[in-house]
Amino acid sequence: MAHADTHAADHHDHDHKPSGIGRWLFATNHKDIGTMYMVFALIMFFVGGAMALLIRLELFKPGMQFFDPGFYNSLVTSHALVMIFGGVMPAFVGLANWMIPLQIGAPDMALPRMNNYSFWILPFAFTLLISSFFTAGGGPAGGWTLYPPLSLQAGDSFPLTIFAIHMMGASSIMGAINVIVTIMNMRAPGMTLLKLPLFCWTWLITAYLLIAVMPVLAGAVTMLLTDHYFGTSFFNPAGGGDPVMYQHIFWFFGHPEVYILILPAFGVVSEIIPTFSRKPLFGYDAMVYATASIAFLSFIVWAHHMFTVGMPLSGQMFFMMSTMLIAVPTGVKVFNWTTTMWRGSLSFEPPMLFALAFLFLFTIGGFSGLMLAIAPADFQYQDTYFVVAHFHYVLVPGAVFAIMAGVYYWLPKWTGHMYSMSLAKWHFWLSTVSVNILFFPQHFLGLAGMPRRIPDYSTQFTDWNMVSSVGGFIFGFSQILFVVVIWQCVRGGEKATDKVWDGRMDGLEWTVSSPAPYHSFETAPEIH
Amino acid sequence: MLNRKVLSALGGLLAAVPAFAYESSYNLPHGVTQISEEVRGLHMQIFWICVVIAVAVFGVMIYSIVTFRKSKGAVADQTLLHSTKVEVIWTVIPVAILIFMAVPAAKTLVKMEDTRNAELSVKVTGYQWKWQYEYLGKGVSFYSTLDTDSNYARQTGSGIDPNTVKDYLLNVDNPMVVPVDTKVRLLLTGNDVIHSWWVPDFAVKKDAIPGFINEAWFKAEKVGRYTGQCAELCGRDHGFMPIVVTVVSKEDFAKWLAEQQAAAKTATTTAPAAATAAAL
Ligand SMILES: [Cu+2]
Repeated sequence: MAHADTHAADHHDHDHKPSGIGRWLFATNHKDIGTMYMVFALIMFFVGGAMALLIRLELFKPGMQFFDPGFYNSLVTSHALVMIFGGVMPAFVGLANWMIPLQIGAPDMALPRMNNYSFWILPFAFTLLISSFFTAGGGPAGGWTLYPPLSLQAGDSFPLTIFAIHMMGASSIMGAINVIVTIMNMRAPGMTLLKLPLFCWTWLITAYLLIAVMPVLAGAVTMLLTDHYFGTSFFNPAGGGDPVMYQHIFWFFGHPEVYILILPAFGVVSEIIPTFSRKPLFGYDAMVYATASIAFLSFIVWAHHMFTVGMPLSGQMFFMMSTMLIAVPTGVKVFNWTTTMWRGSLSFEPPMLFALAFLFLFTIGGFSGLMLAIAPADFQYQDTYFVVAHFHYVLVPGAVFAIMAGVYYWLPKWTGHMYSMSLAKWHFWLSTVSVNILFFPQHFLGLAGMPRRIPDYSTQFTDWNMVSSVGGFIFGFSQILFVVVIWQCVRGGEKATDKVWDGRMDGLEWTVSSPAPYHSFETAPEIH
Repeated sequence: MLNRKVLSALGGLLAAVPAFAYESSYNLPHGVTQISEEVRGLHMQIFWICVVIAVAVFGVMIYSIVTFRKSKGAVADQTLLHSTKVEVIWTVIPVAILIFMAVPAAKTLVKMEDTRNAELSVKVTGYQWKWQYEYLGKGVSFYSTLDTDSNYARQTGSGIDPNTVKDYLLNVDNPMVVPVDTKVRLLLTGNDVIHSWWVPDFAVKKDAIPGFINEAWFKAEKVGRYTGQCAELCGRDHGFMPIVVTVVSKEDFAKWLAEQQAAAKTATTTAPAAATAAAL
């Protein structure tokens, strides 16, 4: 390690790290780009989170206190688009940028200039999206799924939303190509695919999913655009079009998209649990195969989002059965993580705490997912708060907690400093308790009959909505602690060792100095 | 006052966990059709399966977290790496559970899709933002819109406390009326955008899509008033197009139908008469 330290120290001198604004605008370094992605995602989490708090504010009690219902719909729509495309996806791309070269022993990402484009598209895309709030007719209000004919009724926000989605899609595809090329070509000698760290594996599969489905989304929204402005009738029944076809195309993108949001989270958790259990991941091969099975199944379950559109019985049967099947590889993953902890030697640093919360709470989201697969019961759940609770459980204490776990895990490697463990634990406990106060009651609301995407509700739903809103505000404001911890850690703090954690550190990223050198591995390490 | 409400709500959250399975304000209603009862049965069955799995899996997790702590001197067993046997076991058992669950679900699904032998057919059309009910072959058709009291109270900043409004947002001017113990077939379509007709007590939720006619059915077994809401985002007033179905005895239904038909007839006969009068 002493050797690595001196190496890093003199590295600094001949690193010709560009300086000033140019370092960021023309960035080609995977770490700089990774940092920009993470910062962008963090900003978007706060933008989308502010929208969520406005929603919870209006829903605190029955009656329309603050907003016009149309504006409320815009909030709901933009909250989803911002969180999915601006928050979770860029955060994982940021983690991929930072960690993949470090984990596979490469100097950088394979296509650094494309990496730059793929990031810099995003701020423009979201400027377009958010500026649509100031157009005639307000922001997009047809739901993030943009179902026609409703989405075709939009005003001037419509083309802005569509172009924003096109740009996000282009950005995602470029990011995905970069991940695939990097992992396929730049692994250190001796690192066979079945020695690849699981974070890289899950990202590799995610990248293939992205390339497969983002063009489908782009096609769907382009058809919406031509329906709106160029007189086509792909989805417009008045011209002989088929609005249900849009839903099929959209969810053919949309369901794999769900796994695009969660597979990298599986990867992060698969790195953290072994570290703090001080034991290798149980069933590595099974984990890889389970990830691949989930990805495959994700292409043949899309219509479970549309049980109520009136599919033929055989179609409903097929999508019910295939959806239930997804529980099997997902179960394998949960069982393997659990067994990794079995007879381990566990400690509970902040990354492990978030990974454990992920394990429990994602599993709750998995259970409600299994319930939703049962088509006859789904008729009662569909488009209610039960579904809202379900996907928020898999996305917030699922994907978002995994992102936070990953940040807490690798932050010392990025900055070279340890952060405040006690503040991070405060962040953890506040987030974990409040996220349940926020989302658990929404199961009850849905079962009791409250539809989703409504700005006002019947008085019988008041109590749980109040509880949920209180949880929402605690959760939202707790995230300020996250920013404080990161800010302090960037500014200074106790010096981190190369190994950072007192745990089982198998990854190559722990063999380089903290902070990691500007060019990760100039000579490839040997893997035995 | 607000604090007390929040506190009692938080208390309710804790108390609700065991009560979850039974209390209807936290759970699906039993409903008033055979299908709704079956659907609730499926829901509870899959719920309890999830509970059992959760107890087992969370149990192992919690046991590990409590027992295998480094701070308690636990040493990691580095030999526990993989086992094809357990991987096969925890693949096969879930598959078996899923098949066990899929069979009754498929049976109910078949029943739900069987719209044959209906005794009454009603065409339901979703509009932005109201419903239209046409009793096919009976010459009765009307619109059903949010009632005036709710509509005043729901305007942004109206200052009217929704708690003072009877059946706030779940009341309409003209409810759909159907006879009890009668298989009613619904033909659903949308006039402008996609809506979704949902009455939880009948376990019917079906999209009303422009250019499509969807079918659904229910056979209510109890006289009463049942409410629901549009379940597919349909624009600005999506939250304000409730559904009210009044289930009445067969005799009352016949009476209601006759009244409606008579009213419809006078409407059509007086309208031309008025036109002639105006022309004169
Ligand atoms: Cu509607």
